[in-house]
Amino acid sequence: MSEFLAVLSNYDLVGAYWLNIQLTFFAGLASLVIGTILALMRISPIPSLQFAGTTYVNLIRNTPLTIIVVFAALVLWPVLGVEFSTDFATNFFWLAVAALSVYHASFMCEALRSGVNTVPAGQAEAARAIGLPFLPAARLVILPQAFRGAIAPMGNTLIALIKNSTVAAAISVPEISILMKEMMENEGNYVIPIFLTVAVGFVIIVVPIGLAVTYLSQRLAVSR
Amino acid sequence: MSRQTVLFDAPGPRARRNVRVGNWIGAVVVIGIAVFVMVQLNAAGQLRPELWAVVVDPDSWRYNFLPGLQNTLVAAAYSIVTAVVFGLLFGVGRLASNRALRWFCGVVVEFFRAVPVLVMMVAGYQILGRFTAVSGTAQLLLGVVIALTLYNGAVIAELVRSGVYGLPKGQREAGLAIGMTRGQSIRSIELPQALIAMLPSLVSQFVVILKDTALGYIIVYPELLRSARLLGSGAPFAILQSLFVAALIFIVLNYLLSKVAELVARKVGGRTSGKARANPAPPNAVTVPAVGGSGT
Repeated sequence: MSEFLAVLSNYDLVGAYWLNIQLTFFAGLASLVIGTILALMRISPIPSLQFAGTTYVNLIRNTPLTIIVVFAALVLWPVLGVEFSTDFATNFFWLAVAALSVYHASFMCEALRSGVNTVPAGQAEAARAIGLPFLPAARLVILPQAFRGAIAPMGNTLIALIKNSTVAAAISVPEISILMKEMMENEGNYVIPIFLTVAVGFVIIVVPIGLAVTYLSQRLAVSR
Repeated sequence: MSRQTVLFDAPGPRARRNVRVGNWIGAVVVIGIAVFVMVQLNAAGQLRPELWAVVVDPDSWRYNFLPGLQNTLVAAAYSIVTAVVFGLLFGVGRLASNRALRWFCGVVVEFFRAVPVLVMMVAGYQILGRFTAVSGTAQLLLGVVIALTLYNGAVIAELVRSGVYGLPKGQREAGLAIGMTRGQSIRSIELPQALIAMLPSLVSQFVVILKDTALGYIIVYPELLRSARLLGSGAPFAILQSLFVAALIFIVLNYLLSKVAELVARKVGGRTSGKARANPAPPNAVTVPAVGGSGT
């Protein structure tokens, strides 16, 4: 055990996890913004915007994340000239963030939309019946309930994003799964303990967020 | 296209005019973005016919796309079978009356749902290399299948459990009322209905499995994405085009699978007292909270 701990201390596990958390943070913000725009397009009464939003979601949701990440690194940057930074590592980090954002935006959109779908039509009818115009009805009656209904699916998307941040390994962003591979190759005697260590790290990050999401979504649930 | 009615009242003449105007503005913006993308692609020389000729060349399909697709489908097929078995075993285990067994199955399921598929894939591949004689493509394939089985099996186990919990209470009470034990009622009344109710979600989970075989790219399993990349790495460097085709193949397959899920949902709806519905393809890692079925 103490030997294994000595092995562990040779590697910067925390630094690698920190990279996953950074990827998650930036991609989470960006996908929330893109997802909100997509959700607004899809719930608007305007057919052309609905069509564009639906097409985006159906195409991206059915594409493997790995393809999108590889596309960012092999096409977006070298072929189409999208460059976030002249520093190689920084550039790849942001390319990975871009790919993660594009992919998870479609799930954020669907999470928000399913939140709107939890609001019964009677709520909107009641708001109109007491004379509220469109914007006040949306602001005071519908969106507050829609947001509460969207907490659980948005939380699930966030958890998926944390785990999917490891896919940045496809373009050599030195996050935890790349470090794990390197450790396993160097320290062949400790393959299983290394896996358990990395896995428990994810359990420690993911399970509290899952519990918090469940707690919040139940606490804030609109009782019907 | 799903019409949302909750936010909007039935439009009057003025609202209809606004929608029409908005529709044109929206169409112009969307087409503008498409034109901009095409202009950029053209400027980068990516619309040249010789690049697109690469991906319609029969040889590209014979030596790259089809063998890659075959490996993808093989990995997906094995993973689907093993994940369903794993999921049924542990899902039923979580419903067992034996407390130790229930607890054990719960810990296993929660553990594998929390660990990224890629981490399990890399670890599975390395562990196989260290402790078994398996090597080469078999080792890569097994690495992919093990990871997909553990993660998706855990998700399927949750489907089984939430399927049973999602049944109306009266089903269990009716079983108990005619003198069945809790176990008998689970086995002969609740599980059969729960399994039928979960069929659509199960098919949706197959979409996740198919998509996640692409993670095999990272451990260099020769699946579709890997073979598309190889094709694009040689002259004349049609990398955009070959990745585009690989993505298109995935999109078509997954779209068909999700249509199957919807079809199944319609077919089995009347055969169970549970809620049979097709979830849209979830992101490849969903933690469904304890409140059944709300995860998407």
